[in-house]
Amino acid sequence: MREELLTIIEKNSRIDLKELAVILGVEEIDIVNEIAAMEAEGVICGYHTLINWDKTSVDKVTALIEVRVTPQKGQGFDIIAEKIYRYPEVRSVYLISGGYDLMVILEGKTLREVSTFVSEKLSALDTVISTATHFILKKYKDHGTVFKTKSDDEREMITP
Amino acid sequence: MRNPLADKVVDIKPSGIRKFFDIVSEMEDAISLGVGEPDFDTPWHIRAEGINSLEKGKTFYTSNSGLIELRREICNYMKRRQGITYDPAHEVLITVGGSEAIDIGLRAMLNPGDEVLIPQPSYVSYEPCAVLAGGTPVIINLKAENEFRLTAKELEDAITDRTKVLILPFPNNPTGAIMERKDLEAIAEIVIKHDIFVMSDEIYSELTYKEEHVSIASLPGMQERTVVINGFSKAYAMTGWRLGYACGPRVILEQMTKIHQFAIMCAPTTSQYAAVDALRNGDEDIRMMRDSYNQRRRFLMNAFRQMGLECFEPYGAFYVFPCIKEFGMTSDEFATRFLEEEKVAAVPGTAFGDCGEGFLRISYAYSLEKLKIAIGRLEHFVKRLRAEQGR
Repeated sequence: MREELLTIIEKNSRIDLKELAVILGVEEIDIVNEIAAMEAEGVICGYHTLINWDKTSVDKVTALIEVRVTPQKGQGFDIIAEKIYRYPEVRSVYLISGGYDLMVILEGKTLREVSTFVSEKLSALDTVISTATHFILKKYKDHGTVFKTKSDDEREMITP
Repeated sequence: MRNPLADKVVDIKPSGIRKFFDIVSEMEDAISLGVGEPDFDTPWHIRAEGINSLEKGKTFYTSNSGLIELRREICNYMKRRQGITYDPAHEVLITVGGSEAIDIGLRAMLNPGDEVLIPQPSYVSYEPCAVLAGGTPVIINLKAENEFRLTAKELEDAITDRTKVLILPFPNNPTGAIMERKDLEAIAEIVIKHDIFVMSDEIYSELTYKEEHVSIASLPGMQERTVVINGFSKAYAMTGWRLGYACGPRVILEQMTKIHQFAIMCAPTTSQYAAVDALRNGDEDIRMMRDSYNQRRRFLMNAFRQMGLECFEPYGAFYVFPCIKEFGMTSDEFATRFLEEEKVAAVPGTAFGDCGEGFLRISYAYSLEKLKIAIGRLEHFVKRLRAEQGR
């Protein structure tokens, strides 16, 4: 049940527990227990809302920053990653294979705010060798969801 | 002027669905529970392969039987899912949808007057195709108390010395019924005993919600007397690609291929390339869609229970077949009033055979959100009918 449950709530965390029980063919109490267990185990880490900020009056800038660093002896990348992710404006930090080491996703109000962060905070860390900042111009799809209004059902109304 | 028409064709009565289709298309805000095709788009990787084949200029006829790599993938699939071994060179034919395979399969097997056993309720084309092929359709009326499965007794009672072919339409459209291994074993025994052939329409084989689908062709002694029909429409949400196939004994497939060669030439080339990718990389898509259908199926069964509407639990396809006999109306009257008063289109059970009287086909090839709206209206309608009847 766990995998199917996760697949559903990953797309819709607001789904009613009663409805979940019905469509999964189990008792509601089992759903409650399973979700509680997964929260305790850290499988479920939060319940977020996917927002297309472009459609609001709020200005936001998102940047993907490639960061090359010198790994610390004995601790690898973890310490430097932590130094970066503790900044609240940092949305995500990933350790990456390939041409650079860390992928940092940063959200700010303006381009200036983001560039200030990169030049004054990120580059100032002594293990950071170099950074390359890419600003996101348009979000087409995020978290598996396409930011476009769906077209109507194009099927014939009745077919055998 | 002489009558330009063939009596045999004129005598075929038009599909019972047509009338509803006409009413619905006039209504602006009607919603539907009446479709017989998936609501999912064809998975992107499959579409991309179709596009890719066009870009590479693969726009010619394929061999009559279909691309050999597609026939090989179908054989791999039949082996891995059903444990049946087919020879891709002689025992597989790619057709324009499963529908073409039904048509030419019957034409290849029937002599004038040969009887074709057609269990109903079932898909609308078996009976007319049997007639057009010169056969005589013999209807077996399936029963709700058997969950609309075909029993060995029902089969044996219908067999005469003219019986040639049994059509086995499971998982079933419109009832959602399945046949499990034990059910099929009983059928196979009768089929072998009376030396008849089976056309097993397994187009919904990937959509079962109890045990994995079992093909009757996988039972001992049955492969040599069974034509299995399947296709890409339901499993991979590829209805518009018009691609199906038949697997069966070489003697029958050779004759089917001959008709196909003269009448069709070959199935659409683009669709065939896309289908190769579907069989190689589509298992995960099937699983995802099957899980979704199953969730909706449970939702509907629960909704029927709550509104006290009688319905056996179907374990296949994407249809439920609730009983509406308590309202004292025909299926047609019920469906017409449901459409006119609640603006929801569902197909009367009688569109799939006379024994569908008293039932309604509800498709769950719709998102849960849409089903909730439609079922809300059904509940409203049912309550009103009961109130009218002073219940």
